Amino acid sequence: MAVKVKIPTPLQRLTNGKDEVEGKAGTIIELITDLDQKYPGLMERISEGGKIRRFVNIYVNEEDIRFLQAENTTVKDGDEVSIVPAIAGGSLK
Amino acid sequence: MGYVQGLKCRECGREYPIEPIYVCEFCFGPLEVVYDYKKIAKVLNKKKIQQRAKTLWRYKELLPVEGDPVAGINAGFTPLVKATRLGETLGIKELYIKDDTVAHPTLSFKDRVVSVALTKAREFGFDTVACASTGNLAHSVSAQGAMAGFRRFVFIPASLEPSKIIASLVYEPNVVAVDGNYDDVNRLCSEIANKYRWAFVNINIRPFYAEGSKTHGFEIVEQLGWKTPDNVIIPCASGSLLTKIWKSFKEFKEIGIIKEVDAKVFGAQATGCSPIVTALKQGVDVIRPVKPNTIAKSLAIGNPADGFYALQAIRESGGYGADVSDEEIIEGMRLLARTEGIFAETAGGVTVAATKKLVKEGYIRPDEITVICITGNGLKTQEALNGKVPSPHYIKPSLASFEEVMKDKGLL
Repeated sequence: MAVKVKIPTPLQRLTNGKDEVEGKAGTIIELITDLDQKYPGLMERISEGGKIRRFVNIYVNEEDIRFLQAENTTVKDGDEVSIVPAIAGGSLK
Repeated sequence: MGYVQGLKCRECGREYPIEPIYVCEFCFGPLEVVYDYKKIAKVLNKKKIQQRAKTLWRYKELLPVEGDPVAGINAGFTPLVKATRLGETLGIKELYIKDDTVAHPTLSFKDRVVSVALTKAREFGFDTVACASTGNLAHSVSAQGAMAGFRRFVFIPASLEPSKIIASLVYEPNVVAVDGNYDDVNRLCSEIANKYRWAFVNINIRPFYAEGSKTHGFEIVEQLGWKTPDNVIIPCASGSLLTKIWKSFKEFKEIGIIKEVDAKVFGAQATGCSPIVTALKQGVDVIRPVKPNTIAKSLAIGNPADGFYALQAIRESGGYGADVSDEEIIEGMRLLARTEGIFAETAGGVTVAATKKLVKEGYIRPDEITVICITGNGLKTQEALNGKVPSPHYIKPSLASFEEVMKDKGLL
């Protein structure tokens, strides 16, 4: 078992078209660093200087990591991580 | 004749041509319109603005459209009301209300952004306009889209109150009631926007749409006699309006219409949804999303897209923020109505109540020129006041009954 990571359409070019890849347990930032070995370029698209980019949302088992421990949120085997670009909008008015 | 150079990512600075796009392909940051201010400074001045019709198009060089407007022909230039009686109550000598409760044609500041969005949509060659909304935005897209001759799709959560749906349906757009909540509707709309060539005003047209909010700020400056007020209190949902008002002041300075920007901008939110004000109070840069729980539904955005930029603007200006409870919001609405005769939606109650708090806490001083931004009309959300306003005096149709009841209540 591993961590399941869901990849959004704009990043699937980097994952050879895969919409889901497997990653290693650990913190979110470690997970992304590790994935970047397999899928070069992924890290710079979703993080900068060890921080998740402001307009990228990451969910662990459907909970926004900003509600958890942000980049330091730990994930274990069997967890599901989703990378979702924030809609630059989302006005509910 | 346009003065727009292109689009630029606010986060990483990558540049893009003028197209119906809204997200940076690289870092997913929002795109912003870039103008040629040197060119604008040569053609736009106070005199020229004053000669033009009293609509938001009098500032057209600072809006991202090329030709003549096709929507919102009469939008903008709402009154800046000197609020003497409210000022006395709040302890502010010179107080003004920027009153978008009378925005044309649908009674909220959304008429400003939709005017620009639909004009741009026509320039891009779209025949269909759309939005995800529950209220003011849906009304404005439905109405202005009708006038401009667009096919219209308005996406709403199916559970929405009938009165709000009717205020869109009357214009006969295609109202699509989605079995889901707001987030579901928004997510669906971005998928639809990717697949169909439709102009979703607050999605793929957003960089252009949002620029329309600047006109609220331009008008404040012009109506004050070409100067910025000392304080502006602005309701925050996505944070876009506040960001754009601040931008409007800076642009007027940039092109030489005003000499300096000497204003503080303040954010007003409901306590039940105050991610921006919370970050301000905690002195942090990161906006922690919240799950909204407030009667100010038009401000109930838990993860504000422009929250970070609103924080930046507030801090740069030296302003601050306040959050207010549902009770304070109702009292704010009632106070504005009974002192100034203006019936604002709940968001207006938030802004008035926040101003009261900011005065009390010393952030706004009595001798400073202060403007409160009122962005929508209370007639649209009357249910918020159910049981919260006084009752009528019930009498029989006779003079005797009238006098008896009035005397009973000490009114005669």
